[in-house]
Amino acid sequence: MTPADKYLAKSSDIAARVLGDETIIMSSIDSTLFSLNATATVIWQAADGKTPLARIIKNVCEEFDVAPERAWKDAEELIEKLVEHGILLVSDHPIQQ
Amino acid sequence: MGLLEAVNRKATEMRVPLSAHLDITWRCNERCVHCYLDHDLKGEMSTEEIKDVLRQLAENGTFFLAISGGEPLLRRDCFEILEYARSLRFNVKLKTNAVMIGAKEAARLKQLGIEQVQISIYSNRPEIHDAITKLPGSLRRTLDAIRHLKANGVKVSITNVLMRSNVTDARDVKQLAKELGVSFVVDPTITPKLNGDRSILDLGISDKELFDLFHDEEFVDNVGEYCAPTGSIDDDVLDGYSCSAGHTLCYVSPFGDVYPCVQFPMPCGNVRTQSFGEIWRESQALKSLRAVQVRDLPTCSSCSHVPYCSRCPGLAYMEGDMRGPSSSDCAKSAARTGSEIGAPIPALLSSPLIQIRLQ
Repeated sequence: MTPADKYLAKSSDIAARVLGDETIIMSSIDSTLFSLNATATVIWQAADGKTPLARIIKNVCEEFDVAPERAWKDAEELIEKLVEHGILLVSDHPIQQ
Repeated sequence: MGLLEAVNRKATEMRVPLSAHLDITWRCNERCVHCYLDHDLKGEMSTEEIKDVLRQLAENGTFFLAISGGEPLLRRDCFEILEYARSLRFNVKLKTNAVMIGAKEAARLKQLGIEQVQISIYSNRPEIHDAITKLPGSLRRTLDAIRHLKANGVKVSITNVLMRSNVTDARDVKQLAKELGVSFVVDPTITPKLNGDRSILDLGISDKELFDLFHDEEFVDNVGEYCAPTGSIDDDVLDGYSCSAGHTLCYVSPFGDVYPCVQFPMPCGNVRTQSFGEIWRESQALKSLRAVQVRDLPTCSSCSHVPYCSRCPGLAYMEGDMRGPSSSDCAKSAARTGSEIGAPIPALLSSPLIQIRLQ
């Protein structure tokens, strides 16, 4: 699987709310509180199980004028952390929710 | 600054109701001797009205949601409301006496991702607990429910409200919480009835019992730190606010009334006649509350306890003036510090008592 084939979806075991330009998220599994910045919020909001990660990153690059290499690196770090806490689901197929 | 504190600060600056307490009913299957609610009022919001309130709270930024009552599980649509709240991605805590929670209900609460279930236990002795709830068998049923919740992996917190009739059991309730594997909170505050009746305050523990509680390592992690007067009276203190009520916290009654907090029955509007957002932003009552800084409190701003007092403006409101002292918080501050309330601020307290100057 290449990174471009990934699909992201929000876990149902979380609480989340947009607060200004950031998003606060709490995992109901371990009650860890996260705050996502504006860029990460765009990725989070686009995690609908249907939009390929490659398209999400492309939108981030356009909206925030970020180089693709940097956007991919940051996104993968973010995704890894959120998956680790059960907040985000990742699959190589679209995810039904 | 921790993340939660940073989030709260941002919500205060943005005037977002980050936390909401929604009572879905005031009906109850217990009749606790200290309860501040009128259980017989009619006209609760319908399922759809409550869902609409939840949608509005989400739109206005509410993240932490306490669903309570009365006994919320008396409503047949309680799980439908909880499910809807979770679909809107609230962090949900459920306050219940739990007597209606069996294995099936506990599994459902786990499945819904309820953050915590908060349950009052008054004593480890059935004759004391049941005498307070006036429901025979209630301690046994509540403890059974806690075991079901724990077996399903639901986080549970026991609150032990202290009164004269149960204060001697507090240590045993704490031990019971430990054995059950749940968290434990002790609460010495009795709230006057929302209709203004203050007679139930007589049930509260004495000043001596309050002093003993606050100086007991069993209940306070660091007595020396907790009970020592801390901080000087500076502009940070005087520019501050008493609590989050009306700033980042709101309460909605089963009848749609909006207050700053469940313990602060100042009418701000009703969601049946106005949108929640309009009430939150435009209510004159909320605007007047938000304008009150510590320096505006006619009595408390000149009290030496002001930097560390946990003054509740809602309890003060119920005593007649939200800018006035709350006598139960005066008692708590005096019990913690052992010093007299209302003492004028010594001039030196405005600046450090000892100054070290480095060359």
